[in-house]
Amino acid sequence: MNIAENYIGATTPSSPKTAYMLRLADNALILGQRLSEMCGHAPEMELDLALTNISLDLIGQAKLLFEHILTLEDLAPNADVLALTRPQDQYTNLLLVAQPNVDFAHIVLRQYLFSTMQKIQYEALLGSSDKTLAAIAEKSLKEIAYHIRFAKSWVLRLGDGTPESSERMADALDCLWRFTGEMFERDNIIEQAEVSGLSTDFTSSYEDWQMEVKDGLAEAGGLVAPEVGQMIMGGHKGQHDEHLGHILSDMQFMQLRHPGLQW
Amino acid sequence: MVAPELEPETSNSILTLLSEVMDPEIPVINIVELGIVRGIEDGSPPNVIITPTYVGCPATDMIHEMIREKLDAHGYDHVEIKNQLSPAWTTEWITKAAHEKLRKYGIDPPGAHTPSCPRCSSTNTRLISEFGSTPCKSLHACKDCLEPFDRFKCH
Repeated sequence: MNIAENYIGATTPSSPKTAYMLRLADNALILGQRLSEMCGHAPEMELDLALTNISLDLIGQAKLLFEHILTLEDLAPNADVLALTRPQDQYTNLLLVAQPNVDFAHIVLRQYLFSTMQKIQYEALLGSSDKTLAAIAEKSLKEIAYHIRFAKSWVLRLGDGTPESSERMADALDCLWRFTGEMFERDNIIEQAEVSGLSTDFTSSYEDWQMEVKDGLAEAGGLVAPEVGQMIMGGHKGQHDEHLGHILSDMQFMQLRHPGLQW
Repeated sequence: MVAPELEPETSNSILTLLSEVMDPEIPVINIVELGIVRGIEDGSPPNVIITPTYVGCPATDMIHEMIREKLDAHGYDHVEIKNQLSPAWTTEWITKAAHEKLRKYGIDPPGAHTPSCPRCSSTNTRLISEFGSTPCKSLHACKDCLEPFDRFKCH
């Protein structure tokens, strides 16, 4: 076990390219960490395996992305430091991925909403000017297909299940839908990613995504997405709610307590 | 320095060594049969090109270490190991010989065939979960012999 002599931490990306990739990495990392909390706690063993497998896939994606970012910009001495030492406002993940595991309905719905978006987002990277990023996307898309199938089948089963399961699914939808607008939010970083050929525009698929997901929800016992006055955003700017703070205090503990720790 | 030419014999003997490295999670098949060794690239230094099965597969790091150990022990410590993501690994790269080994080990090999019980060959089975004991396997149960079994997912 190695521990650094002095404090080491990660710095903020200076190029829009690495900033964009950091968003992708943070989404995968935080949702992966959130799902890992379910290890040993899912309703049954097969679901435990499924959730932790998805968690593993996402953390694997995050690892590849962090390592690739470090080859482009020297933000930290290694991927662990980049992933695990930043202050909360330097994380640029979506608010959705940090939402708590309230119950199984929340978990599978969050996954359904996120993975269906992530598919579109990663497909937009397949022709990327950055060949490594394209390869990471190509590899990840194979796994995302499983995540969607798992999540969708449970949204259907619970939404179209017992009165209690469909009520819980409706509650989860009321709670999580307000975070979906952010997934397709446009800003300077995303525009520059498009201009540089890093990604094609995936945000223009917002309506198609909504149609697809609303169809899925309708099939799930007639679930209807709530009318949301204003979508809640801020993750891309590092403006998070308290939930991310709780994840970070758990996830960052070892690296902050023992800077540069390596097993 | 002029890049040394990688003799075909050298390349072959490296490949032979790699075929002695077994998958840590499925110890009956080696990494060449698994299809993750994509080739040996000439150069200075020469590279062994490998590709991961699943991005988060914890066995990837372990396989890396096992290859390193094997190469070092046989005087190939100058050979480097390079990870290559694209084209993405597919179960179609698992060799036919490995399919039979998987079946004998109790894992239904990947393919378009109806899931079949590796113990009694029955196709009267049900899917328990698309996520099994490792990222590459799904979990099934045989309705005839009643035993659960793993199936290598088509990927």
